[in-house]
This record gives sequence, C-alpha cells and structure tokens, in this order.
Amino acid sequence: MRHIVIIGNGISGITAARHIRKRSDDRITVVSGESDHFYSRTALMYIYMGHMRHEHTKPYEDHFWAKNGIDLLRGWVERVDTTLRELHLRDGRRIGWDVLLVASGSRSNLFGWPGQDLRGVQGLYGLQDLERMERDTTGVRQAVVVGGGLIGVELAEMLHSRGIHVTFLVREPRFWGRVLPEAGSHLIERHLREHGIDLRLGTGLQELVDDGTGRVKAVRTTTGEELPAGFVGIAVGVSPNIGFLQGSGISTDRGVLVNGFLETNVPDVYAAGDCAQLQEHPEPGRPAIEAVWYTGRMMGEAVARTITGERTAYDPGPWFNSAKFFDIEYQTYGRVPAILDEGHDAHTWEHPDGRRSLHLVWEKASRRFLGVNALGVRLRHEVFDAWLRQGASIDAVVAGLERAHFDPEFHRRYVRDLAQSFMPVVP
Amino acid sequence: MSRSDRSLSLAGPHHLGVGSTRLAAWCAGAGTMALVAALFGFGADHPALVLGVGWGALALAVLLVIRGRYVGKPAGVRNDGVFHRSLTARGAIAWALGIAFTAYYVALYWFPESIAGITRLFDPLSRLLRGRPADQWFAYGGFYTFAVLVMGAKFLVKYRHSRYQTWRTVSVMFFQLGFAFLLPAFLALMQRPEFYFSYFWPLDYDALWPGTVGSFSTTTLGLWAIGIGLVLTFVATPVLTFLYGKRWYCSWVCGCGGLAETAGDPFRQLSDKGLKAWKIERWMVHGVLLLITLLTALLWVNSALEGSWLGSFSQGFAKAYGFVIGAVFSGVVGVGFYPLLGSRVWCRFGCPMAAYLGIVQRFFSRFRITTNGGQCISCGNCSTYCEMGIDVRSYAQRGQDIVRASCVGCGICAEVCPRGVLRLENGDWKLRLEER
Repeated sequence: MRHIVIIGNGISGITAARHIRKRSDDRITVVSGESDHFYSRTALMYIYMGHMRHEHTKPYEDHFWAKNGIDLLRGWVERVDTTLRELHLRDGRRIGWDVLLVASGSRSNLFGWPGQDLRGVQGLYGLQDLERMERDTTGVRQAVVVGGGLIGVELAEMLHSRGIHVTFLVREPRFWGRVLPEAGSHLIERHLREHGIDLRLGTGLQELVDDGTGRVKAVRTTTGEELPAGFVGIAVGVSPNIGFLQGSGISTDRGVLVNGFLETNVPDVYAAGDCAQLQEHPEPGRPAIEAVWYTGRMMGEAVARTITGERTAYDPGPWFNSAKFFDIEYQTYGRVPAILDEGHDAHTWEHPDGRRSLHLVWEKASRRFLGVNALGVRLRHEVFDAWLRQGASIDAVVAGLERAHFDPEFHRRYVRDLAQSFMPVVP
Repeated sequence: MSRSDRSLSLAGPHHLGVGSTRLAAWCAGAGTMALVAALFGFGADHPALVLGVGWGALALAVLLVIRGRYVGKPAGVRNDGVFHRSLTARGAIAWALGIAFTAYYVALYWFPESIAGITRLFDPLSRLLRGRPADQWFAYGGFYTFAVLVMGAKFLVKYRHSRYQTWRTVSVMFFQLGFAFLLPAFLALMQRPEFYFSYFWPLDYDALWPGTVGSFSTTTLGLWAIGIGLVLTFVATPVLTFLYGKRWYCSWVCGCGGLAETAGDPFRQLSDKGLKAWKIERWMVHGVLLLITLLTALLWVNSALEGSWLGSFSQGFAKAYGFVIGAVFSGVVGVGFYPLLGSRVWCRFGCPMAAYLGIVQRFFSRFRITTNGGQCISCGNCSTYCEMGIDVRSYAQRGQDIVRASCVGCGICAEVCPRGVLRLENGDWKLRLEER
C-alpha cells in the first residue's frame, strides 16, 4: 500500500483524492493550510454577501472523509524533499510520501505598487482573504477595486452588497477586453453602472496612500486622480502558488512544469489545477496555465487515473466556462476571441433591453462553427459540446438552436430571436 | 468567520435604507399590537376597523420592505444578508416569531376561547361572506389567505425577472383565495357544507372516511364533491404527476405549499440538508401515508361490519391521527416552526399527499431537474435554498439529473444558480435516470 499525499484541498486535489479512493486502497492524505475541509472557493463571495455560511459551501458533509478513508491534515507545506520523499510543514512536522500530487492552487498577483502592503489592501483567493476582508471592511463607506476580470466584479458585488460605494478601476479601455468581444464588454459595463458601480475604464492603479496608521485611506490612479478608499480589492490575476517547491528538484517555470499526463520531471510527483503549467496543451491555442474551476476538476480526475495505474492524458475537450456579473450570467462554449481573427466571421444578437446577447463565431471559408458567448441567456452545454466535437457548420447550429435552449420554463426562447436575426449567406 | 447574525435587525443594516427598515419595523409592530390588543377585548365595538388597521399596518410593513429592497433596483437574485439577519438566520427574532406562531396554533386547536377576541374581529367579514359570525377557523383562514397574498406580492416583486416564479406564485395565490377561502365561504352562505376542492384525500385525511362520505352523500352537491375528490385523488393526481411532476400540486395549487412558498420563502434556507434528515424524512412521510391508508381501510371494514369489529379501536385510531398528524404536525410544527426549521417541514416529513405524489414522481414521471453538463461550480446556492432539504449540488456537481420524490418543483435552485446549471423539465421518463 502506497502513501499518496496531496498538497492542497481545492477542487483539483479533492477530485484526485476521491477518484484515487474509488480506484485503489492506497493510503491518501490531503494536506491543506487553508481549511479543515474542502469548500467551494467559487462561493467565497456568497459567504461575505450573506447568501450562505461557510458550512454551506462544503460539497461533502464532514463525516464523508473518514468514511471514505481520506485523511485530512491541516498545515502549511514549507518544503518538499524529493530525495527522502518527505514534506516539511511550517510547524515542524514531516510527512513521508510515496506519491506526491501538487495541487496547491494560486495566489493573488500584486505588482509592486507603493503601499500594497497596507492594511485594507488585498486580493480574494482563500478563506484567510475573506476573514481579512470581513475585518477590514467594517465601517468602510468607500472602496476601490482594481482589475477588470472575474474576481474584480465579484469584489465589486460583495462590497456593493454591504452598501459600500465602489470605484472600479479597469486598465483596459473596455471591461474584460482581453476575453469578451466589444459588444459583450459594453453590455456588462452598462450593467455595472446600472448597479451604481463607478466604473473607470482605461484607469490603472498608481499607488496606495497610508492614513498614517498603516491603513489605506486612498488610491492614486494612473490618470492622476486621488480616490478615497477605506478598502482596496486587488484582482489583477493569479499566479501558481509554488514557492514551497524551491530547491525540491521539481522543475518549475511560472507553474509546475508537467507533460500531457500531468507528470513532473520527478518520478511519482504530479501536479494538477491552477499550479500546473502544461508544456504542451492538448488543445492548441489554449494557455499553458488555466486557473479555472472546471479544468482543475478535469485534471484531478485524469491524474487520479494515472496515479492508480491507468496512465491517462489530460484531455479537457472543447473549452467552456461561465461566470456571473451581478445579475447577468455568462456562458461560453468553444473559442470566442475578443477580437475576431482573420478568416473568421461572427454574428451578434442583442435583446432590446440591453441585458442579454448571443454571439456566434465561425470559420468564414468552411462555415465551421467555432464558439458561442451567451450573456443573460442559458445554453445547454451538451448540445454545444457535441456540435464542437463534430465540427458542425454554423448553419446547422443556427438551425438546431432550439435544442440548446436552457432558460427556465415559460421564459422567452431567445435562441429563436438569434436564429431569426441570423441572415444566411446566399451562395 | 461570517459577520455576527445575532443583531436584532430585521433587514440587516446595509440591505435596506435605515429609515425604511425602521419604518417597516414600526408598522409591523403597530399591526401586531392592534391584533394582540384585540385578544383583550380592545376594539370589540369596531372589529372591522381594528382588523383593517392591523392588516393595513402589516401590509404596509411588507410594502416598505419591497420598496427598500427591490423597487428601483435591477431585477435579479437578491439574497444579500439572509444569513446576517436575526429573522432569517435563526436569531432571537426568529425564535420569538416561532414561539408566537406556535402559541397561536396551540390556542387555535385546543383553546379557541382564549383567542375569541381575535375571532370576533372577523365577524363583519364573515357575515358579509358567509352570512354568519366568524369561528376561529374562519379567522385562521383569513390570516392564512392574507399571509399568502401579501407575502406572495413580495415574492412576485422579488422574482419579477422569472416567468416561472411569477406564474407559479399567481397560481398559489389564486387557489388560496378562490378555492380555500372564498368558495367555502360562498358554500356556507348557500347553507351548504364547506368543501375545499383544492384539498383531497390523503391530505384531507377524513375525506374518504365512511362518516364523511355518509354525511355528504345525502345531497347532490355532496355526491359531486365526493366524486370530484375521488377523481382528483385517483385519476388527476397520477396523470398530472406523470406529466409535470408533483409540482403541479405542491407548488402551484396546495395551500400548505402556497403558504410555504410565500410567507415561508424567507425561511427556505433553514431546511436540514444532511443525509440523516433525508433518512428520517423517508421513514416518516411514507409512514404517515401508510397510516392514513390503513386507517381509511380499517374504518370502511368497520363500517361494513356495522361497528361490530374494531369499532372503538378504529375510532380511537382516527382521533389519534387527527390529533398527532392533523393538528400537532401540520399546524403547530409545520407552520409554527417556519423560522427555525424552514418552511416545508410538514410537506417533507408529514404530508401523506406529498408521499403519494412523491412515489409517482420518483417512479412514473417525466419530471426531472436537468444538470447542464459540466458547468457546476459546487458553490452550494442550490442546496442552501432548497426548502425540501435536497442536496441538489451533490447531483449537479456529478453532472447527474435530479429525480427525487420530495422535490416540489419550486424552481428556486435554478433561480439562485449563478452558472445556469439547473433546469426543471418534463421529458422522456425512461431516459431521465441514465447517467450522461
């Protein structure tokens, strides 16, 4: 019986642990410094907003782990010894392993801004961040959020739910401009402003101002403005959390370098999730590090198979993702670039209320369907997944859109409006 | 970890303007005071006025909450502060309310004379609708209907972006007002027995007892009522449940469901999601269905044998059922404990109708909640806001469709899901259990 040790109890590590348990009798230990039990990181915002308590965000009841023979160990890993095959914890404990899975996730980026260590300045990644945020937003009336991505919007919504006025700094000229096509960006921008968020596009963070006690009192922007802020949320992306691997002999770049089977350069050492950097991505064109819930889950499942003897390549299939911007849900299937590539064509339908839109992309010459973005409209994953895998044509997709309708019963079938607005090209 | 939820605030400091919170609290207090004062004979000379002031102030309080929380703001899921408020997070206010509700039910069932002052407030309305003075049950029906309508209005505004929620809520409001309040009152005015067409066996547990059938079958209308009841129980229920799931009844028609979906909505998150609760639920709810079926059969056997066999036993059994299930469970615990155990305790653990519908739904129905491929992020909103205590997430995160006997099809899991993962659907019933 081997001892399989997993660093990190997030979605990757826990998915791996569960699947290893299904497939083997090996001893499994999951080490985490963040929390006693697995919880859904994606739900952090809802705890702050009072929609849920921490216990609601745990996908398994606490008795699940003992029942399934998965040992949980609370502690921060400080060093990994690959020669003696040991982990060194911060509190001095040492844990031996036969197989090691690094699933240590990410940490929030900070780009060396003056004053970034002041109290009341933070990112949002884990439970400790939430505790700090709870403490440091008490009595705060004005806040600034930096970074126009998914976590930035979450921070804005969280603060807004507590009646805190939010100024939202986005360096790019439009919201989430590296991912969303232009019309989609504008739709979200309007919605944020409708909620009373003071959105400042083309504006970055210059520095953070001390109130004299080590606490932030204002930010200075790249446009030279000084905005009062009792709290500053920084959401400018994340990077793999791999500092503790220094000197271990495990090859790293920005993340832990892994091959298509999620194996590192050291035998019996694997990496999965946010912290893994694929040397060659199975889906061409996708980034080497994908810090996304879904890919983390898929990597956990794949690596569990490999660890238990069925060497399995990580194969995520067609890209999909989702998010929610205040009240507007976002789903995407396939490849939808922010700026249309040469040789591609796109069609956008937007509802007159300006709160929902659908955006389809296809290859001009072959008319092969490439991807869809949905804002404020729910689409059926399996239908789009099948179309993408089959290489369906845009015309087949438009003709079959009815099958992809996923909004609740009695709701208008917006896919019909899209289909009607789609002008077939007369050959 | 999370902010203190022991604050005595009804609304939470940030979720509503402080001014309107305070005003709403004052209005609710004033309305309650008017009704409590009536207990001590206050307003006996002006019952309509006192009831009007009481209801008016309570309705105004709800209106102020609606205005503060939803009006002028974009439509969307608004659960901010649910676990920060004393009222909705099992705090002191929730306990006080639970005790007050429970006391009212105890008085209603066993000490009606102690609340005679309140019953008298309903005399003018009862005379108008039924041509006779009120009894405690008419007063109870009045409060019940008032709660469904006022809190239903709040629910309609809260979920104004969802047509499914709108239609469903309009439906329960209609059935409560029309079929459970006005129609029985009209029948009383016509000197007829008060039939409740939206309640039938096994929920209306004595509807098919020999005594009931015997007394009803003396009139044409009574015969009609028995016939309609039989059709609803044995034809409409299985057919409609096959087509649409138990929701056609539990969250569209039923009065218990109607109250749970409107007045109970602020408490839906308090249901127990543990595996243990599910085990207890299955034993209890099916046990009650078994009991009432046995009891009904026994009573008929007894009646056929003209009371010579099991006479006193079946009567005692019937009395005990009426006390434990009909009064203690469905009333005192079912509604009294809303603020502590959530809004569907009765429906989940005690309702024989729900058990019957549930068996049909589980094995012979096209209804299921479809999971949208791999889009689940395991956040837990669906499970948290499931009033029936179903761990929806445990299915959704596996990409599995949800087919559960207890699901009443309220659709709130699909509303609160931030990723568009869940959809209530009627489809091919043979395919619904297959893993995809």
